[in-house]
Amino acid sequence: MKKLLTGNEAIARGAWEAGVVVCTAYPGTPSTEITENAAKYDEMYAEWSPNEKVALEVGLGAAIAGGRALVSMKHVGVNVAADPLFTLSYTGVNGGLVLVSADDPGMHSSQNEQDNRHFGRAAKIPVLEPANSQEAKDFTKLAFDISEMFDTPVMLRTTTRVAHSQSLVELADREEKGIKEYQKNPSKYVMIPANARHRHVVVEDRLIKLKNYAESTDLNRVEWNDTKIGVITSGVTYQYVKEILPEVSILKLGMTFPLPQKMIMDFADKVDQLYIVEELEPFIEEYVRSWGLDVHGKDTFPLIGELLPETIAAKMVQTLGDCSPRETAEPDQLQYEVPPRPPVLCPGCPHRGLFYVLNKLKVTVAGDIGCYTLGCLAPLKAIDTTICMGASIGTAIGMEKARGKDFARSLVAVIGDSTFIHSGITALVDVVYNKATTTTIILDNRITAMTGHQHNPTTGFTVKGEPTKEIDLVLLAKAVGVERVRVVDPFELEGLEKIVGEELAAEEPSVIITQRNCALIDKSRNNPYSVSPGACTGCLRCLKLGCPCIAKEGKKVRINLAQCVGCGLCATVCPSEAMRKEGSAND
Amino acid sequence: MTDITNILIVGVGGQGTILASRVLAGAVQMTGQDVKVSEIHGMAQRGGSVVTQVRYGKEVASPIIPEGEADIILAFEKLEALRWLPYLKKDGSILINDQRIDPMPVVVGAAQYPSDVLDIIKKERKEVFIINGLEKAVEAGNAKAVNVVLLGLLARCLKIDKQTWLDVIRETVPSKLLEVNLKAFEEGWNSFDR
Repeated sequence: MKKLLTGNEAIARGAWEAGVVVCTAYPGTPSTEITENAAKYDEMYAEWSPNEKVALEVGLGAAIAGGRALVSMKHVGVNVAADPLFTLSYTGVNGGLVLVSADDPGMHSSQNEQDNRHFGRAAKIPVLEPANSQEAKDFTKLAFDISEMFDTPVMLRTTTRVAHSQSLVELADREEKGIKEYQKNPSKYVMIPANARHRHVVVEDRLIKLKNYAESTDLNRVEWNDTKIGVITSGVTYQYVKEILPEVSILKLGMTFPLPQKMIMDFADKVDQLYIVEELEPFIEEYVRSWGLDVHGKDTFPLIGELLPETIAAKMVQTLGDCSPRETAEPDQLQYEVPPRPPVLCPGCPHRGLFYVLNKLKVTVAGDIGCYTLGCLAPLKAIDTTICMGASIGTAIGMEKARGKDFARSLVAVIGDSTFIHSGITALVDVVYNKATTTTIILDNRITAMTGHQHNPTTGFTVKGEPTKEIDLVLLAKAVGVERVRVVDPFELEGLEKIVGEELAAEEPSVIITQRNCALIDKSRNNPYSVSPGACTGCLRCLKLGCPCIAKEGKKVRINLAQCVGCGLCATVCPSEAMRKEGSAND
Repeated sequence: MTDITNILIVGVGGQGTILASRVLAGAVQMTGQDVKVSEIHGMAQRGGSVVTQVRYGKEVASPIIPEGEADIILAFEKLEALRWLPYLKKDGSILINDQRIDPMPVVVGAAQYPSDVLDIIKKERKEVFIINGLEKAVEAGNAKAVNVVLLGLLARCLKIDKQTWLDVIRETVPSKLLEVNLKAFEEGWNSFDR
């Protein structure tokens, strides 16, 4: 039976078919749906780990103990997990372990555009790159076999277009692999220097074996056609080349580390001109050049951003007049301006109240990763920095240490509930330990919202929907040593402003927890608000909230009734009481 | 690859474009053709520009549609129709929900919402169909069913029989919303009139 699946759904299915028993992850676009789907299978344990490092550690524990484990994260998540990853390469596994790295060329939803094939090379582990959902499933299964065959973790590298595209997939049954025998083996699993030195030799030996495997595996294959042009490519880019350059010969690499040197040299030998079409970094290209081959790669195709079919065609034509790509349309040159439509905080978003207040107080805000990062955009413009998951509190400490305690009197760190658990806790410990006076605001909307509502240790539920113990953020902050801990509703603007003012003034660490459900999980529907035209004076103060439901109409404002969820924040800031609840006595 | 049909569904986050694309892909699959769907959603779940690309035919390689090669654009919002217009073939059709949602730069006065969006589009392409989806959805019994009204309109432009669509809607939509959505589909289906 064929089913239309995203790459992520296919990876989860592949893990299930491969007999995987443990799936771990921290949510991150474009990897999130792997674990959401894995959690639906009863045969597999699944968890949202507090961060990617823990996810990999749980996965490697399962693998060393003899079970197959799938660990998923987005590209930047691998930075967090890099520490255990590089040593796991030394210990090897027992049951297979596959690490999915979902890269995001084009940064559709990411803070940078890194190419994690480099991680595979640096950690000396094999890297597989599927090109569609069928391959996502097949490669996942094969990756587990390779993992066990060569006693190594394997990286399955996808990109947004593979992860989030749906294509047809032939399903198969689950093969129960059971749990392999576990034998205590400290020289393999205890990486004290004396043992690790021996294991490094094993790693290098393994790489040689993997290079030989790369030459013979079906993962890498040649599709012969006209030999005037040969293209080496991998991942979704293969699909673009296949469609846009139907007449060229293609060497499709399903395994991009280690590379099949002999296969590539043979291919290069048989074609007149060699092109390497790869997204982001010249990863394959640098190897091929180092072997003395003359290729076109990043001299022709862009290094930055997503590589699109039309770009491939255009660049090939520029470089080589007679490459005859399939005819593509002439781009429109329309002469009009379309205003951008950046994402915004949702109607009713609890963070809106906080950012309104922070903007009003004109404080410096060290920000973090989550929906609330959008608080940086106009009109709220309330965030100064955003670096990576969990960086806000440390950034604020650094700002205070550099500029002094007075600066800290108008400085806050903001961080979401899930992000705080991910990697904010350790920085909060630093605030206390190293005598900073930082004010930390935990934006607790009771869910991991940006990636699509995943549970985390503060919500009281697991990824499988089972009730679990809920972390008490107040007690946690106190346990870390913060004595000033306040909880406040971010829509109670007056109280919020007062509390923020008090905690900023305090010359000691403080934590403010702004607590209100994410607007998209709050099912209690309120009546929408509308503007009473007679009362509206056109002061436009409500527009400073950045609510997508409120728009200017002439000199006054109107509310989009279909979108308004009735949070009432606009009524709170309106000085002339022009915002009326629909159906209320005021009408 | 000329046998591939390329459809772009564009709108604003929260309008229900994803459900519409699910139903479309499901209907195509029932006809036994190869199909690929690619969707990009941004950082927040509401308010941003969203686009789903659906491609089907005997065999589809790339999951994304090159600029200028969409056969049909189904636009849930006027400005998004204009934004994605360069993706439409010169002789392609564009179906537009006559609704205006101001992007934040317009709300804060940093940009202008073009007043003549539909006129610009009509000047650029011949096959332009405009529908008041919200009105039709309200007639069907729920303002939120705009996406299925628009789907009904799109269905009318494709060579897939009506029963297939109805079957897929039955499979996709939660049962308590089924009746409204079937009505909404009919509203869209019956609005087709150029």
